[in-house]
Order: sequence, then C-alpha cells, then structure tokens
Amino acid sequence: MFANLMAWIEQRLPLMDAMNKHAAQYPAPKNFNFWYVFGILASVVLVNQLLTGVWLTMNYEPSGDGAFASVEYIMRDVDYGWLLRYMHSTGASAFFVVVYMHMFRGMMYGSYQKPRELLWLFGMLIFLVLMAEAFMGYLLPWGNMSYWGAQVIISIFGAIPVIGDDLTLWIRGDYVISGATLNRFFALHVIALPLVLVVLVFLHILALHEVGSNNPDGTNIKKPKGSVPPEEQSKFTFHEQYTKKYDIVDAIPFHPYYTVKDLVAVVIFLIVFCWVMFFAPEGGGYFIEAPNFEPANGLKTPEHIAPVWYFGPFYTILRVIPDKLLGAIGMFGAIIALFMLPWFDRGTVKSLRYRCTAHTVNLIQFAICFIVLGVLGTLPANPLNNLIGAIASFGYFGFFVAIWIYSKNEKTKPVPERVTG
Amino acid sequence: MKKFILAVLAVLPMLAIAAGPSMDLDKANNDLRDKESLKRGFEAYINNCLACHELKYQRYNRTFADLGISDADGMANYMYTGEKVGDHITNTMPGKEAAKWFGSTPPDLTLEARFRSPDWIYTYLRSFYVDESRPFGVNNKVFKDVGMPHVLQNLQGVQTIDEHGNLSEATGGSMTAEEYDQFARDLTNFLEYTGEPNKLERESMGYWVIGFLFILLFFAYLLKKEYWRDVH
Repeated sequence: MFANLMAWIEQRLPLMDAMNKHAAQYPAPKNFNFWYVFGILASVVLVNQLLTGVWLTMNYEPSGDGAFASVEYIMRDVDYGWLLRYMHSTGASAFFVVVYMHMFRGMMYGSYQKPRELLWLFGMLIFLVLMAEAFMGYLLPWGNMSYWGAQVIISIFGAIPVIGDDLTLWIRGDYVISGATLNRFFALHVIALPLVLVVLVFLHILALHEVGSNNPDGTNIKKPKGSVPPEEQSKFTFHEQYTKKYDIVDAIPFHPYYTVKDLVAVVIFLIVFCWVMFFAPEGGGYFIEAPNFEPANGLKTPEHIAPVWYFGPFYTILRVIPDKLLGAIGMFGAIIALFMLPWFDRGTVKSLRYRCTAHTVNLIQFAICFIVLGVLGTLPANPLNNLIGAIASFGYFGFFVAIWIYSKNEKTKPVPERVTG
Repeated sequence: MKKFILAVLAVLPMLAIAAGPSMDLDKANNDLRDKESLKRGFEAYINNCLACHELKYQRYNRTFADLGISDADGMANYMYTGEKVGDHITNTMPGKEAAKWFGSTPPDLTLEARFRSPDWIYTYLRSFYVDESRPFGVNNKVFKDVGMPHVLQNLQGVQTIDEHGNLSEATGGSMTAEEYDQFARDLTNFLEYTGEPNKLERESMGYWVIGFLFILLFFAYLLKKEYWRDVH
C-alpha cells in the first residue's frame, strides 16, 4: 500500500530520486574537518529565524507609536514571547558568527576557485542580503539605537554624488526616519528579503551539488571515468548522476554519515547558543544594545552610536577614511573585493596546506585585521582607534592585492592525488 | 590553526586599552529572589516615584503574581487611584506640562535597569548633592545636571560634594545611612525585576535546556561513532 503510494508519487515527482541525489547518494569527501560544519549551522539558524520570525510577527505592531510597546508586550504578556524574541535576537548574531566562519573556511581551502566561482557568488549574495535583512530587522524594535543606527547607515547613501540626497529620501520614505521607514523596513524584513534569502540558499546548495564539495586538501574526488580501479573507488553507492561520468574516490554519502556528524555539531552549537540566550541574551550589550531599551527619540542621540557588532568591520573602514564619499566607496569596496576573490586569486592550488607560506601569512593577517576592524567598529572613534583602524583597513585590502601578486607564479607544494587523513 | 588563535589572542588586549575607562559605580548587590525586598521596593516606588515616573509596560496583577501578593491585598495596599487590576502601572501626569516643569518629561522607568544597569540606579539614588546653581538646588554625581529634585531627601538627608568629587555623609534624613542604602537597594531590585519580569524563569529554564542538550550530545556522539565505523 505504502510502496504503491510512493511509486505513484515518484512517477509524477521524483522525490526519492532528489533525496538520493542531494543526500543519501551525494558524494561528500570523507575528510571534512571542524570548519565544514558552519554551512549546516547557518541553515539551522536560518530555520530558527524564519520560524521565530513568523511567531513574532503575530504580535508585533509595525508603527512608530506601537512598535516599542508591542515588543515589550511580546516580552511580558505573550506566552514564551520572551523566548521567541531572544531566539530571534540571539539568532541574528549567531547567523553572522557562523557565516563569517563559513566564509573563512572557503578562503582557507580555496572553495571559491574554479569551478566554484558561481557557488561563491551566490554565497556572497546571501551575505549581502543577510546584511540588509539584519539592518532592517534592527530598526523594528524601534529602540533609540535602532533609530540612530539606521540614521547613520542610511546617511552613508547620502555620500553618493548627485543622487545621494534623493536616494536617502527614497529609502526612508520621509525626511527623517519615521513610521513610514519602519513600515517599509518591516515589509522588506518579513517578506521580500527572506524570500530572496531562501531562493539564494536553494541556488547556493544546487550550485554546490553541481560542482561537488571541496575539501581541506583541495583535491578532486571525481576522477575521469575508468581511470580508477574498482577496488580503489569509494565502496559506497552514489547517484548515477555522479557515477556515470566519474569514478568517485575518498567520498561517503552525505546521509547518513554527515547528517549524524553534523548532528553532533548542531548540538554543540545549540549548547553555546542556548547558554547565551538563557543566561546572557543581551550578549554583553553587543547582541541587544543598552540604548535600545529606550524608545526611539529623534531628539536624543545615544552617547555613542555603534552599529551592531557584525557590521563593525565595514563600519570601521567607512569611518577611518576622512572623506565621506571615499569612506562609502571603501566600505562597499570591501564587500565587492570579497565578491571578486575568485578572480583576485590566480592560483590553481586550492588548500592553504599546499600553497606558499606567504598565503598562510596573508590569510592570518587578513583574519586578524578583520577581527580588529570588527572590535573597533563597536568602540568610539579617537585618534588611536582611527590609526589602528587605518592599519587594519590597509591589511584588509592588502590581502587582495597580495594574493593577486603572489598567486601568479606561486611556489606551491605538490597536491596529493587522494585526500590525506 | 593554533598559531592563528594565538596570534588573535595576542592582539585583542591592545583593543581593550583602546576602549578607555568606564565610570565607577557602587555595587547594588540586590537579589531578585528576595521577594520581601521586591515588595518593599514596589511600595517605595508607588509612594515616591510613580507620581512622575510610569511603569507603563508593567501590569499591576503581573507584579502581584510575581511578588506573591494576592490581587485583593494588592488592590487594597498598592493601588490608590481606582485602576483595574490588569492595568499598566501609569500615572496621570500630563507629559507636556511636566516637560515645562522639569526641562524634560520624566522618563518611564520600566526598562531603566536594562537601559542603565542596576548598579547605576543604586549609585544614582545615593549620589544627589547640594548644588545651588541648579533649579531644585541639587545635582547628581552620575547624572550631571539632572532635571529632577532629590525627592528622597527627607529620607536620606543632604549630601555635599568636595572638590575631588567625594560625597559627604548625609545629614538631616529620617533614615540612617544603612537604612537608606537598603531602601535604595530594594528600589533597584524592584526596577531590575520590572526590566525583565521573566529573568528568573529564563535562567531556571536555561539549566534544563542545556542539561537536556548535554544528554542529547552524548547520544548524538555515540550515534556518530557507530555510523562512522563503516568509514574508518
């Protein structure tokens, strides 16, 4: 009976086939390490944000008069509303933690290189939409930092010559940030951007499964058909889409092997996540900033306006460049440079394990500069901070220049044919 | 990888220096579990603060329930102006007029403990000093040129400040210094409660959730080990 039903469905929509292709018979390299869990964790956080977001929307009131009070209503009068709100607010920060780790993984193991450029571009688009989503969501509680943070970030667009002022007016829908801004940000935050985000995530995974997963050795697990003797091929069954053209080595089916392994990672992640959510939901004033416990007030500027921590790196780059327009170009340039990474890197060896020492040094200095820029973004501007910020910005952009130079005739180590360890 | 983490750790302390100094606050040492303290703080708030400062996100009956007061007792002892028991804790002061009297509308204090911090509130309540240049004759050490008078002056008495910014002992109040500190602590405690009425529930739920996750982790790990025997 059940088998008949499944067969009936399968003839009309190949569900089991898709499951096999993307999970139970998807060849994943067997040597994934710690850095490979963040993609799954990002999906977990995405689902968390979507679900808690739906329930928050049920009780949130998107208006200048009602928004702040409705958040407190959720915190006090809605059953477990406080839990939903903290899951959502902690999730926002967790999203950026795991996405930054995920991106750095891609940089370490060359997962953006040919043939995965499009995969990287989809990922970068996800990152861009995620920033827009987070920025608009941060306005919704209508706290004073929501208001002034949005004020600062929208004014960046005012730096664009000729159209700048009209553009900021168009974004705000008013001459100042007002209920009109709040309403449109609400619409974008709960409908438009999540829709785009989900589609992009879908394309990201589809693009990944088309070219196959990279691995910490940067080797290719798909060898030309007939080039590998059967006893050296992977002993597992993979979908014919992969096996008809290639001999698969060093791979295991994503399900069940990586689903059970990722389950361990997800639980460890949830322990950390829940620890923050239950015992420090304000994240030390970084996840929910203290001035946001005061309603938005256009006449009262918080002592120190800081964007949320995850915008810190880009905000610092904006701030250390004295000219407003150049600052905005620097900030957007920092993101565009990441987009263009597959073309800055002219090397053919993927993993840092087999690339030149300069590359490892370059990656480390980039990571340090990125973290320093992030920390500075949350601190007030002063000459010392600006100097450190300028050096770190130099290191950030220097990464891309350096990789373009040394990757041309790079002295690499021999890449093994098969994965190690 | 280890080198990388070490390098990051080496750089971070430099940034802490760049963060600069923070204001010295006295420790409130209040305890949200102390219901008697919360009740005293609630009563003190109703009698001394509510005339100007609303708690407009906090309801009377919720407060009664959390503090262990029955609705009947609560209505008899804490509600003076004929509100309903499910109402928010508000006053009838006209905001615009108040802005004229004090320079700005007295803020709602429901979330003050989250906006400032409990220690700040405790310190603030104990840091009024005589300053004849101000409209109400007082100033505050942690809130420069504060708009409100020292409404607790009859309890605490009067403090003066010396050129180093040290406050004198209060004189002329109806409470001893210890009594007034406890009074300030109770008020602080109550405001920390109103800032997040679910705080204790949140924390106690946290232990259960994390406890469960550790058990789940154990079984998830065993499951992974069992499956991966095929791979190794």
